[in-house]
Amino acid sequence: MTFEIYQPLYILAAFFFIFGLKSMSSPATARRGVFSAELGMLIAVVSTLMRHEVISYEWIIIGLLVGTVIGIPIAVLMPMTAVPQRTAISQACGALASALIGTAEFYKGQHGFTVGALMLETLLGFLTVTASVMAWGKLQEFLPGRPITFKGQNIVNLGVLGVAVAFAVAMVVSPANSFLYPYFVGLALIFGVLLIIPIGGADMPTVIALLNSYSGLSSCAMGFALDNKLLIIAGALDGSSGFILSIIMCRAMNRSFTNVLFGGFGQVQTSAGKQEARPVRSASPEEAAGILADSRSVVIIPGYGMAVAQAQHKIRELHDVLTKRGVDVKFAIHPVAGRMPGHMNVLLAEADVPYDKLIEMEDINGEMAMTDVSLIVGANDIVNPAAENDPKSPIAGMPILDAYKSRTVMVIKRGMSPGFAGIDNELYYMDKTLMLFGDAKSFVASLVKEVGANHD
Amino acid sequence: MNYEFGFYVFMLAAFLGFELIRKVSPLLHTPLMSLTNAIASISVVGAIILTGEQGGSTLSRVLGFVAVVSATTNLVSGYLITDRMLKMFKKREPGKK
Repeated sequence: MTFEIYQPLYILAAFFFIFGLKSMSSPATARRGVFSAELGMLIAVVSTLMRHEVISYEWIIIGLLVGTVIGIPIAVLMPMTAVPQRTAISQACGALASALIGTAEFYKGQHGFTVGALMLETLLGFLTVTASVMAWGKLQEFLPGRPITFKGQNIVNLGVLGVAVAFAVAMVVSPANSFLYPYFVGLALIFGVLLIIPIGGADMPTVIALLNSYSGLSSCAMGFALDNKLLIIAGALDGSSGFILSIIMCRAMNRSFTNVLFGGFGQVQTSAGKQEARPVRSASPEEAAGILADSRSVVIIPGYGMAVAQAQHKIRELHDVLTKRGVDVKFAIHPVAGRMPGHMNVLLAEADVPYDKLIEMEDINGEMAMTDVSLIVGANDIVNPAAENDPKSPIAGMPILDAYKSRTVMVIKRGMSPGFAGIDNELYYMDKTLMLFGDAKSFVASLVKEVGANHD
Repeated sequence: MNYEFGFYVFMLAAFLGFELIRKVSPLLHTPLMSLTNAIASISVVGAIILTGEQGGSTLSRVLGFVAVVSATTNLVSGYLITDRMLKMFKKREPGKK
């Protein structure tokens, strides 16, 4: 093996990737981590350009430029509420690259183990492409967010996957079977679609993390096919990170992996038919503002509704006026609030809420009983006491934020429709609960005005 | 045969990934995903080799070119938006340390 300069540089690039991920453990060092990972990628690209087998550059340069020109506006113009969508579509791009490379390598006429690795690469790559596009459609609400299920769905899904794997095996065994490849690709693409349609919008945090893992593993398989250790390392880091994040998400919902993937969650709506109109207490912005202003401690619980209403800036203003009056304001973040792991943190950080005010579920639940007011903005299932009290509830056992323990509960909500899971929320009918009906953004804006007005 | 060696690398890197990611605070999960998503665009390396290789067929050049474009899109937008997000994470208002 002759020595080439890219070999030590690849090791350096791998070092910077690992160091970058390590720096992500704390917000104080996270930006340095991104810089390190960027440096790693730059080294990887430049040293690849220096490899001796790379001889023509014009299309590479054009490709890099076109990608950059598309990529910059996506990153700069994308509103923070759309980060989950962006991640999904970006994942589709990455997976497409990996799948196309695998396809080209396959048609070079590889043998044995390499074909096996290429099969894995292209299977994961192509299914991630369509699955990510589907996830993007659901997040962007081009596609219905609720699960689409049909009878025998799991059998169909497994059947499609089974045939695809059988084709792959046939092609590994004999190159004469390579005419199967286009069908194999078709099946992988179809499987990606089938994988996502039964999964509801609220399960997207898990799905996005899982797809991240798939695209990482696809790069990893490419590393085996091309005998490139840098691809193996970066792909494995990615694969394991996506995997562990999706496990964290599942645990936060007390559901198993298989339940998210095959569950068709949300079919429970049928039981909602027997709903009788039960009395709730509602309040005007003036009343609510009066209570907030006179309390000592307030915990704000944001959910996906806050993102939809773009209410995060108004909520920060509310935090400011209340803090000025000496009220202790904190934010309680449920691990699966939003459409992506940690989604709420990013939105509140965008609105300049200091991150030490964002408290995780385990840490804040102990304080809930001593809290005067918990203000729920666009969240539902993550505060539903049925998860703790009703063993028959579809969300039974899911850890929740104990908003019901606080002295007063305020819920900003558009109307009385049930949340994603289609389950009624006992919290709304409690004596100490005030329903604040209206759009989250304008309601919080009027709360800010009222609290500011009665400061004397 | 380098495959055996490849599996060792894979195993160690996967373990390292698990350990590193477990330590990341949930506060940063979104930027973390965005960053690992950007790192997944390492496939640009394969795309560059494919596009620039000598004696490549038209098919592999076309596929390689499309792969370079899409991997670079993923790369650039992934890194930039991660940095944009992290810029927003501040501890307290300035001057009130």
